[in-house]
Amino acid sequence: MKKKLVVIGNGMAAGHLLEELFDRGNTDYDVTIFGKEPRVNYNRMMLSPVLSGEKKYEEIIIHDEEWYKTNNVDLRTGVNISKIDRENKKVIDDDGNETSYDKLLIATGSYPFIIPVVGHKLKGVVSFRDLDDVDIMQEAAARGGKAIVIGGGLLGLEAAAGLQMQGMDVTVLHLMPTLMERQLDSAAAYLLEKEIEQRGIKVLTRANTEKIMGDEHVEAIRLDDGRELEADLVVMAVGIRPEVKLAAEAGLMVNRGILASDHLQTSDPDILTVGECVEHGAECYGLVAPLYEMAKVIAANLDGDMTAKYTGSVTSTKLKVTGIDLFSIGDFAEDESREGIILRDAAGGIYKRLIIDNNKLVGAVLYGETGDSTWFTQLLREGTDISEMRETVIFGQNFQGGPPLDPMAAVAALPDEAEICGCNGVCKGKIVSAIKEKSLSSVDDVRVHTKASASCGTCTNLVEQLLSLSLGDSFNPNAPKPMCPCTPLEHGDVRRLIVAKELKSIPAVMQELEWETSCGCAKCRPALNYYLLSTWPGEYVDDNQSRFVNERLHANIQKDGTYSVVPRMWGGITSADELRAIADVADKYKIPTVKVTGGQRIDLFGVKKEDLTGVWADLNNAGMISGHAYAKGLRTVKTCVGKDWCRFGTQDSTGLGIKLEKTLWGSWTPAKLKLAVSGCPRNCSEATCKDVGVICVDSGYELHFGGAAGLEIQGTEILCNVSTEDEVMEYTTALIQLYREEGYYLERIYKWAKRVGFDRVREVIVDDEEQRTTLSKRFYHAQQFLQIDPWKEFVDGKDAHEFAPIKPIPLEAAQ
Amino acid sequence: MKNEKNWVELCGLGDIPQRGCRVVVTDEIKIAVFRTHTDDVYAIEDKCPHLGGALSEGIVHGAQVTCPLHNLVINLVNGEALGPEPACVKHFEVKKEDGKVYLDLIPVKKEAA
Repeated sequence: MKKKLVVIGNGMAAGHLLEELFDRGNTDYDVTIFGKEPRVNYNRMMLSPVLSGEKKYEEIIIHDEEWYKTNNVDLRTGVNISKIDRENKKVIDDDGNETSYDKLLIATGSYPFIIPVVGHKLKGVVSFRDLDDVDIMQEAAARGGKAIVIGGGLLGLEAAAGLQMQGMDVTVLHLMPTLMERQLDSAAAYLLEKEIEQRGIKVLTRANTEKIMGDEHVEAIRLDDGRELEADLVVMAVGIRPEVKLAAEAGLMVNRGILASDHLQTSDPDILTVGECVEHGAECYGLVAPLYEMAKVIAANLDGDMTAKYTGSVTSTKLKVTGIDLFSIGDFAEDESREGIILRDAAGGIYKRLIIDNNKLVGAVLYGETGDSTWFTQLLREGTDISEMRETVIFGQNFQGGPPLDPMAAVAALPDEAEICGCNGVCKGKIVSAIKEKSLSSVDDVRVHTKASASCGTCTNLVEQLLSLSLGDSFNPNAPKPMCPCTPLEHGDVRRLIVAKELKSIPAVMQELEWETSCGCAKCRPALNYYLLSTWPGEYVDDNQSRFVNERLHANIQKDGTYSVVPRMWGGITSADELRAIADVADKYKIPTVKVTGGQRIDLFGVKKEDLTGVWADLNNAGMISGHAYAKGLRTVKTCVGKDWCRFGTQDSTGLGIKLEKTLWGSWTPAKLKLAVSGCPRNCSEATCKDVGVICVDSGYELHFGGAAGLEIQGTEILCNVSTEDEVMEYTTALIQLYREEGYYLERIYKWAKRVGFDRVREVIVDDEEQRTTLSKRFYHAQQFLQIDPWKEFVDGKDAHEFAPIKPIPLEAAQ
Repeated sequence: MKNEKNWVELCGLGDIPQRGCRVVVTDEIKIAVFRTHTDDVYAIEDKCPHLGGALSEGIVHGAQVTCPLHNLVINLVNGEALGPEPACVKHFEVKKEDGKVYLDLIPVKKEAA
């Protein structure tokens, strides 16, 4: 008597399994197969060409009804199995009909993940998973209009290309910085993005959907940065999840997928599983090749050959968009033992990268020319030793046996003794030889090994050029610049993800964003501390141990280990009493140097660490607080004397400067922030080279921003003209708030404005009243938590351990 | 060669902040005693081999500290600089016992390289 094999799910995996089984000539089983969709088994991978109109449904059918008949398979389409009764070995459908089994195969596949944003249930919001979705999309396309595809992975891009070919105006939104980041490195992703945009599809990366808007039918999408995009159709293609509900309810062991052994057995030996619902060796697969490999194993096992085992798959990906050739396989994570071979022809649109570990190919990305993908796949699967053909392997199979090419690029025209880095006196010869001898590949490497561009950084461009000359095409100056060696993420990514994932502590950031060190480094910790502090005012607790010593001790460390102390003088105005108190402090603590600073303050140099609290206490008693001369935050507001004294003065520049400083003090910003207010266009307080400047004129106030007078010199640009002091306050606080929400750590306001565009800053602050007022409100909200004099806190005993050695060590013990 | 340790009791573990440092001053030397985020304790001379900066004021990350003056990174375990030039500060043995930290004031001798 035949055994009863029942299959739940009529997808590609199940179909392939049966095909394998019948090909073996096996007739031991009576097969019943249940499919939820009212159709026979079709090739789901070919949905894209159906969507684009290049193929018809009939052309993508794998098994037609004839096939089921010929093989005596009882196909029940449109029937949903809702329960497995393991005890009595039967399955039950929605209508209560029971079917008993000897062997049960669960092939429920996966379901598309829908981001649970507001509006995800509106009409016109679809996934891209089966023919029903394609029907909806084609109907929408027939009406024309705008389509938004959420997700810039394989599926999303295929959907976008299909919709575009059907005549829709398509935009792809992708949360990550580059498209298909799981399969492609950033260079290939860049070429892909360019190609896709050339086809007229808009691509927005780093785009986080906040909500889908519309009454009944979708009308628009709103991003978390406030942008709104019109949409007649929204396709969610952000990923799939294994469909495990039925298995879990039956009490089978389930994790992300249904847990399966090497024989694809579930925790019940009479129940097997295949396809995207399977979790094997902690992996779930969403591509067709692994499913076919699993199917083959199960077919052999069912046929009595128990030697067949499934041991996991190496996955490869091809993008099925006509005209774009893209292939990726294996693993291309960076690792010390790994080497890359890269071929890049940007103009020709060709990029190939092979990743080699221990003379074996472990990963490959091919873009533009994928003819050798099969050969590379073979080399990778077979673990071929490629050391013999290493120099030519990237040129592909046909090239083997040809003469090896010389990959060394010519070195440039500058003489070796030409000085590149003026700060540290590093010449070209030293940099070039370090690049070669120590295999340096990035500006950061060069900084570490030669100190070139390690100080002021103005020679970074020259160093990049030397890297290009020495390394040829394998050096890419536009490659993402990770915030530090602990992470591949850039500052902007980290800022965005802190908000998007609501990360509220440094350990949470490091965990969630997969930091490669357990405790960060001196580069990322202060940056993260700032980002968290500025993102979650009042919630995040400042981490002193992640602050540079000057901000931790609220004084400036000097080269001999003493400190300098600068009390605040509002707007640069002081008094006889204050000066007397400063003089007394200088006498009492034998402070060797007293200097007037460029920001109209008095700086006391050479204060011993153990005297700091005493100095602060005396200054506090005279009514002075910290001048934050050490802070990546508001430093000073310089003023001129204005109309009270000056015959040219047009407004009360001193009073306005004091008002600004009293409002702004205590705020932390990405880098230091200096302001000035001038009483007339003669500009005695030099407001036009400050981060933010105000120039008083007869009719009111001219607001400036983005000046610099340090490493670089740059005049400010005008923000706008306003007529009242209240407006000055609102515009200035809004501008500073925008800078502090968007700036990268240590990025001065002029660099931030250059990066995001001075015009865009004007659009937000000047043209958009709503944004301006909410930014300003956010600034004031944060200030209530920040305007606390840090000196007084220390004087009152906070962190007393900072200022005293552990204890004196008795002489005899030390000897 | 030395066999006998000359342990000096310093303080409780809690007297040193996590990812922080306290300084021990003797007539001859300043020693920086670090406590990491995993509560390991290390002691090195409080003087950067580059230009003498106070390592005790640096940011502590893992078993490393970054000098506040010019960002040289020192490995707390053996006092060696992680820069391209070989450089080293004296390092000292410490032990934790019953929540107290003890220091051996005689620096660990470097093995001849």
